[in-house]
Amino acid sequence: MKHVQASLIGNLGQPFLFLLAMGFGLGRTIPEIEGLTYLQFIAPGLVASAVMYSAAFEATYGSYTRLSTQGTFDGILMTPVNVSQLAMGEILWGATKGLISGLIMLAAMPLFGVIPSLWIVLVIPVLMIAGILFASMGIVMTATASNYEYFNYFTSLLITPFFLFSGIFFSLSSIQGPVAPVLRCLPLTGVVNISRGLAYGRLSSDLLFDLLFLLGYTLLFLLLAIRLMERRLVQ
Amino acid sequence: MITAIQEREAHTDTGQSYEKPVLVIQGLVKAFGNRRAIDGLDLILERGSCLALLGPNGAGKTTTIRAILGLVRPTSGSIAVFGLDHNTNLAAIKARIGVVPQMDNLDPDLTVLENLLVYASYFRMDRSLARERAEELLDFLALRNRRDEIIQNLSGGQRRRILLARSLINRPELLILDEPTVGLDPQARFLIWERLLNLQAKGTTMLLTSHYMEEVSRLSSQVVIMEQGKKIASGSPDEIVSSMIGTEVIEMEASDLELERLREKLQGCHVSLEPVGNGKIFIYVHEECSEIRELLSSSRRLLKRPATLEDLFLRLTGRDLRES
Ligand SMILES: Nc1ncnc2c1ncn2[C@@H]1O[C@H](COP(=O)(O)OP(=O)(O)O)[C@@H](O)[C@H]1O
Ligand SMILES: [Mg+2]
Repeated sequence: MKHVQASLIGNLGQPFLFLLAMGFGLGRTIPEIEGLTYLQFIAPGLVASAVMYSAAFEATYGSYTRLSTQGTFDGILMTPVNVSQLAMGEILWGATKGLISGLIMLAAMPLFGVIPSLWIVLVIPVLMIAGILFASMGIVMTATASNYEYFNYFTSLLITPFFLFSGIFFSLSSIQGPVAPVLRCLPLTGVVNISRGLAYGRLSSDLLFDLLFLLGYTLLFLLLAIRLMERRLVQ
Repeated sequence: MITAIQEREAHTDTGQSYEKPVLVIQGLVKAFGNRRAIDGLDLILERGSCLALLGPNGAGKTTTIRAILGLVRPTSGSIAVFGLDHNTNLAAIKARIGVVPQMDNLDPDLTVLENLLVYASYFRMDRSLARERAEELLDFLALRNRRDEIIQNLSGGQRRRILLARSLINRPELLILDEPTVGLDPQARFLIWERLLNLQAKGTTMLLTSHYMEEVSRLSSQVVIMEQGKKIASGSPDEIVSSMIGTEVIEMEASDLELERLREKLQGCHVSLEPVGNGKIFIYVHEECSEIRELLSSSRRLLKRPATLEDLFLRLTGRDLRES
């Protein structure tokens, strides 16, 4: 139980602190974006990022501990459970932790004066899918890791850029030139768009595209994660 | 030795004695890179018997076990467990196996009971059945008063017993024990042996790896000695000892010169001489002869004792300390 507490605080701390610093601090000096205050603008994206952080963290540090030092996976594979079931279990567990973090962020939004529309209920399954995506990415890393330091690459080269460049903090429609499609294709971007759209009841066919993109990414990384775990655990 | 097998069969359900072997391994090869961890291994494990894989570190014992469990993909060769095809029935096979792994992989954050219950859930066991069996096993392995303790706080001996309890949660027909008492004190080891003999009496088939000769002699009806992935000897413990090195060993001190003289003198006898270092020699006696009796009645300081599995093991795998 104390692990759960520690990892929740660890993974929720960052989005909350950003909400405070950027929303209240920086936000006062920034004009409205897309008809929203800066705080309103960033809040839904930070919910999405909380899911990403928690799911990715659990599927790397958490799963790697069970894989290596604790030998838990070896023990499980001596029972009728096979590697794909084991990998699915780990991914769903990471996704669930991600979802819980996202829901806590979501529930806290009114405290910051952000009142979402009723459409926000639909974001819950989307956050679960996002949890599955980032937990799968985490498992891909876990399956190829030989030590904990390896996850620094994951955090610095993928997770942090996703956090900064997926349109949480600035409107992607204002970005021009060749980077625009790259940012558009980051796996977190769709989740941020959907969260924001549902939060303020601004639905458009673009969100459907985002959802399909998210599902595609999720399926791809899910299959890759299972495949690599198979390679790692059955020599 | 035949008597021991008959005895074993008398304990088990007589109907089962003529069934197919529980485990058949044929021509098994496993290469890691270009190094062969298992190199053409054949094994047959009959229902109700206990086969011990004996070999120095790195001989390929754990790899063999992992191959049986589908955790290592054979480079070539075949494995059949319970007469089922390994590739298509792995889950069904593993549902009927219990494993005490070489490495402790209990969940350190859970209690003893929780460890057993979580493990039971991997077998999709009904919760109340799991609970009932777990309580039963805690009694069987004298863990009752540790039931609610966190694993982290327990001794090595207690953890090994929990691993054994965990391996029995699905009432396995085949119990695989990878160095089940390594690093334990004699009391802890004795308790585990006693429980294993109890299970054998009830008909559980066992595959054991060990490098404790005493453990092997007490528990197993059949021994396979492995080195560098190959079977180098096999048979019942007494049988292979007497056929491969004899019934008795004479230990004595002798200089090189004396050794040569002894060799000449004992030429007509069915014995073998082996210098074992530090000016000591062992004479393995396959058959008594007059020269040996003469030697024994001489005034020399020597020790005569029955040949053991340990003698055979050291003879086959070398006396010098080494990791292969
Ligand atoms: N996953 C692996 N990758 C490479 N080499 C391995 C692997 N597993 C075992 N080995 C090697 O195979 C040999 C047999 O090991 P093992 O089966 O553990 O021996 P034992 O259990 O008899 O001590 C050793 O040389 C070991 O280093
Ligand atoms: Mg081993």
